[in-house]
Amino acid sequence: MSVIGARQASVKRGGRTIFGPASIKIGAGEMTALIGPNGSGKSTLLRLLAGLWRPDSGDVFLDDKTIHSRPRKEIARRISFVPQETQIDFSFTVAEILAMGRYAHRGRLKPQSQADRTAVLAAAADCDITYLMDRAVNSLSGGERQRVLIARSLVVEPEFILLDEPTANLDIHHALDVLQLCESLSRKGKTVIVATHDFNLVTRYVTRLILLQEGLVIAEGPQEDVLGPETIRKVFQVEAEMVPMKTGHPVYVFHQRTQNP
Amino acid sequence: MSAAAQSNPLTNASSRSRLRLPIFYGILVPIIFLSLLAGVGIGSTHISWITILRVVEFKILPHAWTTSVHVTQADAVIVWLIRVPRVIVAFFVGAGLAAAGVLLQALFRNPLAEPGLVGAGEGAVLGGVISFVTGWSATSVLSLPLMAMAGALLALFVVYVMSTRGGVTPVATLLLAGVATSALLSAVASLLLSVNIVNWQIAQEIVFWMMGGLDARTWTHVWLCAPFVVLGVAACLIQTRDLDLLQLGEETAASFGVDVESSKRMLTLTAAILTGAAVAVAGLIGFVGLVVPHAVRLVLGPSNRVLLPASALTGGAFLVLCDLLARTIHPPTEIRLGIVTALCGGPLFIYLLLRQYRGAANS
Repeated sequence: MSVIGARQASVKRGGRTIFGPASIKIGAGEMTALIGPNGSGKSTLLRLLAGLWRPDSGDVFLDDKTIHSRPRKEIARRISFVPQETQIDFSFTVAEILAMGRYAHRGRLKPQSQADRTAVLAAAADCDITYLMDRAVNSLSGGERQRVLIARSLVVEPEFILLDEPTANLDIHHALDVLQLCESLSRKGKTVIVATHDFNLVTRYVTRLILLQEGLVIAEGPQEDVLGPETIRKVFQVEAEMVPMKTGHPVYVFHQRTQNP
Repeated sequence: MSAAAQSNPLTNASSRSRLRLPIFYGILVPIIFLSLLAGVGIGSTHISWITILRVVEFKILPHAWTTSVHVTQADAVIVWLIRVPRVIVAFFVGAGLAAAGVLLQALFRNPLAEPGLVGAGEGAVLGGVISFVTGWSATSVLSLPLMAMAGALLALFVVYVMSTRGGVTPVATLLLAGVATSALLSAVASLLLSVNIVNWQIAQEIVFWMMGGLDARTWTHVWLCAPFVVLGVAACLIQTRDLDLLQLGEETAASFGVDVESSKRMLTLTAAILTGAAVAVAGLIGFVGLVVPHAVRLVLGPSNRVLLPASALTGGAFLVLCDLLARTIHPPTEIRLGIVTALCGGPLFIYLLLRQYRGAANS
């Protein structure tokens, strides 16, 4: 099965190291959340894993090979990336947006194949947006647009789906919809990696958490190992109380940190 | 997922509001044909469409077939040596500028981009002036279009580097960079002209060319422009899917497998070829690259596979009709072609600018 990961990967900007060195490895079928406060490097790590950014030192690998030694189209067919910014200014229809997801599968002048059409329809059905296919994408609500972009990433038929803050602009109802969709995708064998600052929302859906702080991976594993009150105080600068829930996953209630003399 | 299958009644923007392609071309093709016919027929001497068809038939069919066709020498000269080249040049210039507009709007991800606004037009003019001043234009007819293309390419490169950071081009910086670069390039062009004013013959040639317009265009102009426009549009057509994805953002395009950097280089080069070919034979004609893609996008949607060829053909017909207006509205004087296109394009540009700022204020 396929794996994706980083080996001592770091990113420099303007002479300063803004990320890493960090090493992680994520296997097939996992649903992983990258969590951490703003600026902790979640988006950077996600872009490294998606092959969109090159590490300045170290290595990002897909299976046994450096990701950048692989053809761009191969990476695009195996890994899909859902950006945080979902605004689209042009009035493409949803169907047109989804069809664009087949870029890496089609030759430059080849018409749409039966497989392309099937992938589009299946992705639309999976994300429950079939009824939106004829609509202009810039007329949709935030929740609808997020689902369209997730559907576009499924059209690729990828092994890995990487999402950057997929719930940031959504109300709670649509946020849960999106996370449930991600969970069902991981149950179908896709590897899902979600970068988010809202760990309360994702803990019950994910199998693994990777906690980042100031560009470094400081803990990883299941929720109970990664997110104790002690760690939360250290990383997020707040006091957290863990409240047990019926689902088995505790949720956190936060308080402003008390000033210790 | 639990979201109910409901559609928003306030935004009925859907593919159903678009015109279907066969209907669009069913309307456009007769318009193109009629505009070409009108462009050749109407003028200081009116020529009936029967005569036009006879002359064209006489000129393009093998002589053995056309021995029975009777055309007068005067008609043949007016139609074949004066009007037809002018109309064909107008068509290809319009097609080239409209296609360049589509490319630049996708490249800058901005509906205001247009050859005249992002410096490409003035760059092409400067290239042309250099080819006159150095005397290259006298040694080879090809030097004028090639230098115009090189100038357009240089200007596009400068404006792109100035206005785009991390794949994002804000409207304000795009317009500022475009205006600044245009002003600089046109100042250099004027400087070259002033320095060479002592050589009156060259200066006159330059002034005449810089004024633009389509009067006294010959078959040479057709051959200097048409092949490059055809080449440029063909190059666009094989890149339409890259264009679609680039329009959604560089990171998105890259994540779907587009080689963003090489794609942008190809698109910039293509836009420069199209702009340079148009400017070389007709001078700087503004707003065609703005008006036409917008109108076509409104009726056919933004998908570049559909938009590009439709815009090129519409742009051709549009400029033929503008040129017809320019020379018939106030005879015997000809109004400059750029005035007619600006009268159509200026209001649209203002509307788009206002809408963008209103949109920016809302979000």
